[in-house]
Amino acid sequence: MEKEKLQSLYYEMVLVRRLEEKSANLYQQGRIGGFLHLYIGQEAVGSGVIAARQAKDRVITAYRDHGVAISCGMEPKVVFAELLGKETGCSKGRGGSMHLADVKLNFWGGHAIVGAHLPLAAGMALADKYRGSDAATLCMFGDGATNIGYFHEALNLSMVWKLPVLWVCENNQYGMGTSVERASAVSEIRQKASCYGMPSERVDGMDVLQVYNATQKALEHVRKEGPFLLEALTYRYRGHSMGDPERYRAIDEIEKWRKDDPIGIFREKLLADLGFSELTLDEEELRAENVIEEAVQFAEASPDPASETLFDYLYVE
Amino acid sequence: MREMYFVEAINEAMIEEMRRDPAVFILGEDIRYGHGGGIFGATKGMLEEFGEERVIDTPLSELAISGSAAGAAYMGMRPIAEIMFADFMSICHDLIVNGASKFRWASDGKAGCPVVYRAAFGAGVGATLHHSQSPEAWLMNAPGLTIVMPSTPYDAKGLLKSAIRYDDPVIFLEHKLLYRRLKGEVPEEEYLIPIRKADVKRAGTDVTVGATGAMVHQALEAAKILEEREGLSLEVVDPRTLLPLDEDTILDSVRKTGRVVIVHEAPVTGGFGAEVAAVIAEKAIEYLNGPILRVGAPWCSVPANRNLERDFYLPTAEKIIQAVKDVIRYGGEL
Ligand SMILES: Cc1ncc(C[n+]2csc(CCOP(=O)(O)OP(=O)(O)O)c2C)c(N)n1
Ligand SMILES: [Mg+2]
Repeated sequence: MEKEKLQSLYYEMVLVRRLEEKSANLYQQGRIGGFLHLYIGQEAVGSGVIAARQAKDRVITAYRDHGVAISCGMEPKVVFAELLGKETGCSKGRGGSMHLADVKLNFWGGHAIVGAHLPLAAGMALADKYRGSDAATLCMFGDGATNIGYFHEALNLSMVWKLPVLWVCENNQYGMGTSVERASAVSEIRQKASCYGMPSERVDGMDVLQVYNATQKALEHVRKEGPFLLEALTYRYRGHSMGDPERYRAIDEIEKWRKDDPIGIFREKLLADLGFSELTLDEEELRAENVIEEAVQFAEASPDPASETLFDYLYVE
Repeated sequence: MREMYFVEAINEAMIEEMRRDPAVFILGEDIRYGHGGGIFGATKGMLEEFGEERVIDTPLSELAISGSAAGAAYMGMRPIAEIMFADFMSICHDLIVNGASKFRWASDGKAGCPVVYRAAFGAGVGATLHHSQSPEAWLMNAPGLTIVMPSTPYDAKGLLKSAIRYDDPVIFLEHKLLYRRLKGEVPEEEYLIPIRKADVKRAGTDVTVGATGAMVHQALEAAKILEEREGLSLEVVDPRTLLPLDEDTILDSVRKTGRVVIVHEAPVTGGFGAEVAAVIAEKAIEYLNGPILRVGAPWCSVPANRNLERDFYLPTAEKIIQAVKDVIRYGGEL
């Protein structure tokens, strides 16, 4: 990867972290309603995967979608505006945190019915194949999502039809308070690909470069041969959503994974092996902080949507 | 009398029934540890008392939850299946409307399906389009099915106990906004509330307001305001069981007042209110002094913007008052 891209990848991961910390703040102040799922701890997965996509490739994900939205190019101010339900949000304050989307960025949304976006991804890939495009669809989902029927039907279908879709499982080892061992007959999710004869790989999801390289390789396969399941082993540092008292995992376990902070790992690599200076990286951090500050101000100053706008786009105009 | 939160009443009903009948068990996502007894706390303390065999955490698998609960019920078990959010009922839909609700009929009465599907529904917490819906109308057109929607802790407890003892499948819809915001009197002594029996929450003479779930409280608020401000007397009827409907209680009220407003939280179009309006039109039209008006959500999904959710999307006491006035205006002097 070129130096410039490495640097912007670092910036992006820090940006996501700061965005999530700020979101948590706003939520605690009662400014954001509903359920807020933070991406903290998983930044290397979204950033690594999306860094390997080409602009023509489609991205679709679940409700833990802020990081992926940012990686796809959504501006933080648009994310915050949506979280606050403002007119300047990506869906004008309709969808909120779990439903960020901007199809102009080829980001086809966060989806809050777990697993339901997998068959949609298969259909998106079908359309591309049908039209002879070599775009791929990148579909991201959690470990929990692999236990619902949607997952199995979509994987089978994608294999039978050789669809250009990359299935990316972000295995953060829990679906809400249920550990992967308690919910899934196999805790190595990649094994689920084998019953559909689909190739798969498991990578360290705390290492952004590993994720990036594996995604690149997998995408080559997807464009040429068809579907691939990439499992990224990762961890969420916060609760499932805000308000999760987290009675289900031990402090030791959390601490162990915190030592493998994806941003920390990447920073060390950038400094030790890739010729970056502390100063450069600190500047990127500062830049991210400033962008987040301004983004929040923008969102707060934005107006509420007018009530009539709720009737827009129910049907074609 | 002792008071408890809505969710505590639900919890107590399940605990009492599980103590009474070993065939009762509960299954659902994250009901054990997750958040200390389900994300809303409805199953609090149940794992400790009944153990892992009767308080079963499931994978994220709504088809398997709804289907295995129905299958166990075919065998004479009495499962309570917790569907975390009622919006996910759509995933269970086939197993409920083609499976559970038809089995007694299809087996010529030789077996039944005594399962309860509990689910948290409703808007008002900013959870938007996939975690806020009121799905009763999705399920209304299924012969064999029973849908219950309590509005108070007292009703919630008595109805849930009856639902668990009921021999046919019951969809039990609990408004998530009521869980920890509504406290009410619940006696220590055991009691049951019959399924298929509506309740007059407030007696009145001028206008009947039929309201469901959390909307009962908006209707009561509207009744209070209108009595104070305009001396109007509203009768608030809570059907409690939406399907099959207790037509008699509703028709009795309508025959008395001659004016009707129906309130529910789901969109008006194709909603539960349409069924009630049709029943009234078919069976009591000669008593009416005005149109049957419906108050419900507008024809759109639940928005993230919380001001719009509260003031524009959700029915409010103000909107009910307006509808009541419209009905009266139409019919001339009271
Ligand atoms: C069909 C469905 N069932 C249940 C839920 C409630 N729910 C939301 S997230 C979640 C856990 C999902 O876990 P996973 O797929 O591992 O994603 P993670 O939250 O770990 O990113 C559950 C049970 C839902 N949104 N949709
Ligand atoms: Mg997970």
